[in-house]
Amino acid sequence: MNRALALIPVGLFVALLVTFYFALGRDPTHIPSVLIDKPLPGFDLPGVVAGTPGLRSGDLKGQPVLLNVFGSWCISCVEEHPMLMELAREGVVIDGIDWRDQAIDGAKWLDQNGNPYARVGNDKSGRTGIDLGVTGAPETFIIDARGRVRYKQIGPIDSDTWNNTLLPLLKKLRSES
Amino acid sequence: MRRFSLALFALLTLAGPAFAVLPSEQLSDPKLEARARHISQELRCVVCQNQTIDDSDAPLAHDLRVILRERLLAGDSDEQAKAYLVKRYGTYVLLKPPFQANTLLLWLGPFFALVAGGAMAALYLSNHSRVAVPTQLSADERTRLNDLLETPE
Repeated sequence: MNRALALIPVGLFVALLVTFYFALGRDPTHIPSVLIDKPLPGFDLPGVVAGTPGLRSGDLKGQPVLLNVFGSWCISCVEEHPMLMELAREGVVIDGIDWRDQAIDGAKWLDQNGNPYARVGNDKSGRTGIDLGVTGAPETFIIDARGRVRYKQIGPIDSDTWNNTLLPLLKKLRSES
Repeated sequence: MRRFSLALFALLTLAGPAFAVLPSEQLSDPKLEARARHISQELRCVVCQNQTIDDSDAPLAHDLRVILRERLLAGDSDEQAKAYLVKRYGTYVLLKPPFQANTLLLWLGPFFALVAGGAMAALYLSNHSRVAVPTQLSADERTRLNDLLETPE
C-alpha cells in the first residue's frame, strides 16, 4: 500500500516531463488558425497592376487551391518563391494575396521573380490578411472546392512540407470534389 | 554647474517612457482612448509574442491598435472589440486565457496539486502519529518491570 503511494510522485514527475517535452518542443510563433473547416472570409481585392483582375473570395471555389500570402517586403517569400514557381509549372493552382504592400511594389516583385499565381489581389491596408488571421508572410492556406479553409501553413513551403503535408491533403481534397 | 545639474534633473524626471502608440493612432475622445489603451494592454501581439499590442512596434500590432479603436468608435463594448480579434486570431490573442476545455488544466491544475499534496501530507502525518501511540504493558511485562525496580541496589 505504502509502496504504491510512494510511486505517485514519481508518476507525476514523469507526466510533467512528458508534458514539458511536447509543450516546449512546439514553436510558439505558430498560432493555430481559427478558420480551419470554416468558409473563407469574404474579400474583394484589386489586382497588383491597374486594370488587371484582382482576387475575390468567391473565386476560390470549384477546385482545391492554394492561397499564398506574400509581400515584396517579405524576406522568407524570396526563399519560398522558387518552390511556388515549380508547383505552378506542375499545374498546381496558386492564388496570391500581396499583403500590406503597395500594388506597384508587388507588381515589380512578381516581374523580377516570376509570377506563379493564377490570380493575385493587392491587400494594401492589410485588412484582408487580418481577417484571415495572418501573423506574417509567407503563409499558405489550402482552400477546398467548397471554399472552406482546410489547412494553414505558417512560413515558407519547402519540399518537405509540400511532399509530407500539403500534397497529401490536396490529393485527398481533389478526390473529395 | 548648478544649471547643468538642474538640466540633468529635469531630463531624468521629465523623460517619459517611449510609447509604441503613435499620436496619429490616438482617438480625440480621451475616454475612448483610455478604454482602447486598457484593452490593448490585454491583447497579445501575434508577431512578437509576449508583448502586448500596446507595447509593440510591430506593423501588425499597429494595425490591430487601429482596428481596435475603429471598433470602439463604431460603438463596440470592450468585450465586443476583443471578440472581433479573437474571431480572427483565436483566444491566443488574449493575454489572460479564458476558462474553457483546453485551459482546464491551466486553471484547475494548481488547486489539484494543492489538494493532492495536502492529501499526501495528511496520510503521511496520520501514519506517523499511529506509530507514536504508547502501547499498554502486558501483565507479564508489568511484573517483570516491578521486579527490576524493586531489586535492592
